[in-house]
Amino acid sequence: MSAQDARKGQEPVTGDTQVVTAEPAQAKPRHRRRLSEGARAERRLGWTLCAPAVLVMMAVAAFPILYAVWLSLQRYDLRFPQQAHFIGLTNYGAVLTSQYWWHALVVTLIITVISVAIEFVLGMLLAILMFRTPFFRGTMRTMILIPYGIVTVAAAYGWQYAWTPSTGYLSALFGNSAPLTKTVAAIAIIILAEVWKTTPFMALLLMAGLSLVPEDLLKAAKMDGASAWQRFVRVTLPLMKPAILVALLFRTLDAFRIFDNIYILTAGGNGTYSVSVLGYDNLFRALNLGIGSAISILIFICVAIIAFIYIKFFGAAAPGAEG
Amino acid sequence: MASIASPRRGRRAKRLTATAAGVTLAASTLAACGTSNAATVATLNFYSFNDPSGAVQTAVTNCSKHSGGKYTISYNKLPAAADDQRLQMARRLAAADPSMDILGLDVTWAPEFAQAGWILPWTGANEQAAKAGTLAVPLQTATWKNQLYAVPYNSNTQLLWYRDDLVKTPPKTWDEMIADAQALAKEGKPHLIEIQGAQYEGVTVWFNTLISSAGGSILTPDGSKASLGAPAVKSLEIMKKLATSGSADPSLPVQMEDQNRLAMEAGTAAFELNYPFVYPSMKADDPALFKHFKWALYPAVNAGQPARVTIGGINLAVSKYSPNPSLAFRAALCLRDRENQLNAAVEGGLPPTLESLYSDPALFTDYPFHAEILAALQAASVRPKTPAYQTVSIVISHHVSPPADIDPVGTEQAMVAEINDALASKGVIP
Repeated sequence: MSAQDARKGQEPVTGDTQVVTAEPAQAKPRHRRRLSEGARAERRLGWTLCAPAVLVMMAVAAFPILYAVWLSLQRYDLRFPQQAHFIGLTNYGAVLTSQYWWHALVVTLIITVISVAIEFVLGMLLAILMFRTPFFRGTMRTMILIPYGIVTVAAAYGWQYAWTPSTGYLSALFGNSAPLTKTVAAIAIIILAEVWKTTPFMALLLMAGLSLVPEDLLKAAKMDGASAWQRFVRVTLPLMKPAILVALLFRTLDAFRIFDNIYILTAGGNGTYSVSVLGYDNLFRALNLGIGSAISILIFICVAIIAFIYIKFFGAAAPGAEG
Repeated sequence: MASIASPRRGRRAKRLTATAAGVTLAASTLAACGTSNAATVATLNFYSFNDPSGAVQTAVTNCSKHSGGKYTISYNKLPAAADDQRLQMARRLAAADPSMDILGLDVTWAPEFAQAGWILPWTGANEQAAKAGTLAVPLQTATWKNQLYAVPYNSNTQLLWYRDDLVKTPPKTWDEMIADAQALAKEGKPHLIEIQGAQYEGVTVWFNTLISSAGGSILTPDGSKASLGAPAVKSLEIMKKLATSGSADPSLPVQMEDQNRLAMEAGTAAFELNYPFVYPSMKADDPALFKHFKWALYPAVNAGQPARVTIGGINLAVSKYSPNPSLAFRAALCLRDRENQLNAAVEGGLPPTLESLYSDPALFTDYPFHAEILAALQAASVRPKTPAYQTVSIVISHHVSPPADIDPVGTEQAMVAEINDALASKGVIP
């Protein structure tokens, strides 16, 4: 049974189709008769209602972004305010030719890809566990969600102490070693902290996706002789695809902007800095608003590219997508 | 699909209409109330490091009491990490925050804050009072472009601490010290040399001490370009030699001052290059070892050419945005007067900046090493004086740590290029 068949089979039982059968007789003619006038009024009302939100968004999002773009085109160092002047794309040139930027980008991508992949597999297992467990469902869900409820910085300090020789039990377990001082080991610990912290979030999003899969369909597949693995791969996963993509998109964007775990665990030392940490150091330690803003804008562009790839992929590959 | 969508859209619009809520943006104007007349007592906000000894609080209380009703000082404690202290002050000063009057600056910040126009120059009677009896090298750190911008509150410098049960006469040079350590290792005795090797400000201080002792400097005298050269290569060779000699602590690439102290107290080390705070700590933590805990001047790079140790410490500056600058100058002078500096030295172990205090018997019991400290301070070196110091330091610490990875000639060349970029706020810092 393919996913397309599954979606067709699902329709008669969903709430949406019940609305269709109950309302079209009244809704359709009224809507057609006052289409232009009513639609315009509705649109006006819509804009009026949106206006305060749009204004707030302009003030808190659009303005800072445009201002950052403007700063990134200047030599603007807080320590030399008199020497601020427009220098075009020079800052971008400096960043893109700097080995530190490319190092940070590679580190960030490694952390993003590995942590999201692990989170996805673990998150799926936990989601199924939370969804299917017959006993202690509430307790189970609470327990799984605890790491997500802990403040990242507090959790990161916990990891940092645990891995520090002479104070940490994890360090002691590995012969009182100092893994946070070695690049590869430190990045592995950052990924571990990230996975531990955000897998519950992934599980939560995936559980919402699991609840989209109608029981009847799984029962029907079982009747047709599909094994548990076949039911998961051929029925559950295709139906969950939109939820999976949303979960992966959210986590990828979050993971790409990783800052707090690194800031606490290594402060970016020994080559463990991500693009966000690099941006922070250039903005706030070097007080170099020009270079720092250029890095911020480049991060913004990377995030936009990731989102674009996902949405493109989502629109093209999601089964039964509208339009 | 359209037949499903349109009634839903209609209902959603109705729901929105029904639940429409108005957004009220209330703007409140904050009126500044910084005006002070003769009848009112001005409050001066003093932002400085969090002093656990209580000496700063005592000074604040004393000065408020003796101000003749002119001002009271409010002591605001800055975050523990120096980077965070600087960031908070820089951020607020860049925004012209009037609620900061007296600023406790690290010795490396005055050029940066002065160049940005955030702190006021010291002139006339205030300048004279600030300079009177003050040690010359600490004064240098508070000076930018021949103008005094702060008054030295305390100073700090490193000595060589060693165990006289292992080493009879303290080594005079780095080569001697490494040879001594290797000899001790052969005898199977504690032999490690403790120094700050982590990738942070402390390792820049080590490099600065070595290059100054070798007769060189990081920047040219006007601070516009990297200088480095042969003395830098010599310094890098020493750092690498220590790191690969077997006499450095295995944790050298992550060690800071406190890890050095703990390693010395644990009994695995024979030598330690550190600030005087290790002395009262050893006294309290290990009285047996304390009996053999002795000090000497920092080892030289070249025999017969005394080391020029980098100084630390705090300078007090007055914010350009202070509503009461003249009172702030007076209060800053009071906070670092003879009585308060003596108290800070005795209570907090911070070396004073007033030269005469080093011959005051009141200091001697807690400061048996006062003569060595004074000698070190008189011959001391300062870190590069440039508004871009922070970036220069980050570049240096990334190149010299971990010390075992140094390639003396190649590292020197890479540092010259990156320091020049940092001075022009051009490149990206790691």
